[in-house]
Amino acid sequence: MTSLQLTRRVAGSRIPLYLALIALALAFAAPLFVMIATSFKTMEEIRQGSIFSLPRRIDLTAWSAAWSSACTGAYCTGLKPGFVTSFQIVVPAVLGSVFLAAVNGFALARWSVPHAEKIAAVLLLGAFVPYQAMLYPIVHTLGLVDLYGTIAGLILVHILLGQPLLTMIFRTFYASLPHEIVQAARIDGAGFFRIFFQVILPLSPSILVVAAIMQTTAIWNDYLFGLVLGGTGNTPVTVLLNNIVNTETGEARYNVNMAATLLAGLPPLAVYFLSGRYFVRGIAAGAVKG
Amino acid sequence: MRRKRGFFAGPQLVLVPALLLVMLTYYGSILWTLYISFTDSGLIPDYHLTGFGQYARLWTMDRWHTSVANMLIFGFGYIVLTLLTGGILAILLDRQARGESIFRTIYLYPLSMSFIVTGVVWQWLLNPTTGVQAFVRDLGWHSFTFDWIGRPDRAIYTLIFAGVWHASGYVMAILLAGLRGIDPEIWRAARIEGIPTWRVYASVVLPSISATVATCVVLLVTHVVKAYDLVVAMTRGGPGTSTDLPAKFVVDAMFERGNVALGSAAAVMLLVIVAAALVPFHLYQRRQKP
Repeated sequence: MTSLQLTRRVAGSRIPLYLALIALALAFAAPLFVMIATSFKTMEEIRQGSIFSLPRRIDLTAWSAAWSSACTGAYCTGLKPGFVTSFQIVVPAVLGSVFLAAVNGFALARWSVPHAEKIAAVLLLGAFVPYQAMLYPIVHTLGLVDLYGTIAGLILVHILLGQPLLTMIFRTFYASLPHEIVQAARIDGAGFFRIFFQVILPLSPSILVVAAIMQTTAIWNDYLFGLVLGGTGNTPVTVLLNNIVNTETGEARYNVNMAATLLAGLPPLAVYFLSGRYFVRGIAAGAVKG
Repeated sequence: MRRKRGFFAGPQLVLVPALLLVMLTYYGSILWTLYISFTDSGLIPDYHLTGFGQYARLWTMDRWHTSVANMLIFGFGYIVLTLLTGGILAILLDRQARGESIFRTIYLYPLSMSFIVTGVVWQWLLNPTTGVQAFVRDLGWHSFTFDWIGRPDRAIYTLIFAGVWHASGYVMAILLAGLRGIDPEIWRAARIEGIPTWRVYASVVLPSISATVATCVVLLVTHVVKAYDLVVAMTRGGPGTSTDLPAKFVVDAMFERGNVALGSAAAVMLLVIVAAALVPFHLYQRRQKP
């Protein structure tokens, strides 16, 4: 609070600060505003008006088309099947990757794992690898074990690829817990999993939320693996959105495109607006890597 | 002895197979990709080694040269402008404005959305017949032209706008955490000495968070090397191949043009670029905290 009073006195008028903050906020919000406004307009209105104008009335035709009838070249199913597929991928992949990373992070931080330090460093290095350098072998291997083009294959890949960063985050978190907690339980004769489930998990709700949010947005927003591993039947929402927007023939229906874009962006946006603080913590936790 | 017993009495059931699988996915895939890059594999892998031919071929290809040049342009613009914008946002928020969390939420929301969503929105905003150009012309400036997204010599810059919009909040969040860690005494001392605020930031605050800035740079470099979805959604690499990027080159070579070996050679180049950014960063960090 002292620094607040200080800056007040030093800076004098605060008006330029607020002007800058508001101008930047408008600039950052503009694309979202345009998306929302456009999605409620009719094509007639889009052709006549400007992108920054408000819709004359709320027209939901574009939303219903985006959800259930927009075309991707061959099929006219809208975004709905992609939504279903993405949910089928996201839910198990998030639960699986977070649980696995929590167990391993705890083991690497608090159990006497041989060479824990080195294992963690080599694991973390993986977080920097561009997926393109792993893509072909992953596709090929999934083909060999009959998981290519399946939701199970995508879930498995997302669980594995999430591990470097997530394990590091859990390891850092568990390393900050007092030693006595684990020691006391071990003296009482509790084994690893008993300690993990009965002592450690109850202490970790906040970090679990942070990790779950990171994974939910990352997996929902994935395009690359959805594209090359999804095959024809299992197209996640990002791939379907791109197909709808970039392959539709004839005159582009911008209102439908924007409604589809909003639909695809809505789940991570909702997660973000409902959990802003945890989202920011995830960024901070992810940035200490290296 | 105790160490060993502790380990084998506990988490090995989950830890060992999970870590092996993760390491195999990452490092096994990388080695596999490296191996394929030394073969003549076409649509399917052929494990007969043929040397550096794919690399030699890669560096004679115009499309690869375009990709690399684009990566340098996009990377330079994206990293500099994102750092600048993110830094300005962080400093403004650090001035203890009212409603800080509202502003922070607005600056950061683009990060929660996928690159596909980002690309589609910016494609629409920058479309000359419907977007910003049309808007400004409707205001009365009839000769206003902003058609970069359709111009082969300018389209790559439009990717920078979208990228900066997407990632500035990310840099802001990381830098803000660094700024909040600064000793408030510095501000008290500066006030007593009568040093202007901007001088304190330039000569004291920024140098003391230089490690955080370096982290941001490395993270942004990995974004640039991985940049794929954004191009696909926004320009599809076009007009022509004018906005092609190395990450897209890899995916196209492997899955569209049936040239796995060439794609693998290009993927190895991506790894080399990331390593080139990581090694100096690592050395720098080691020097920072001996």
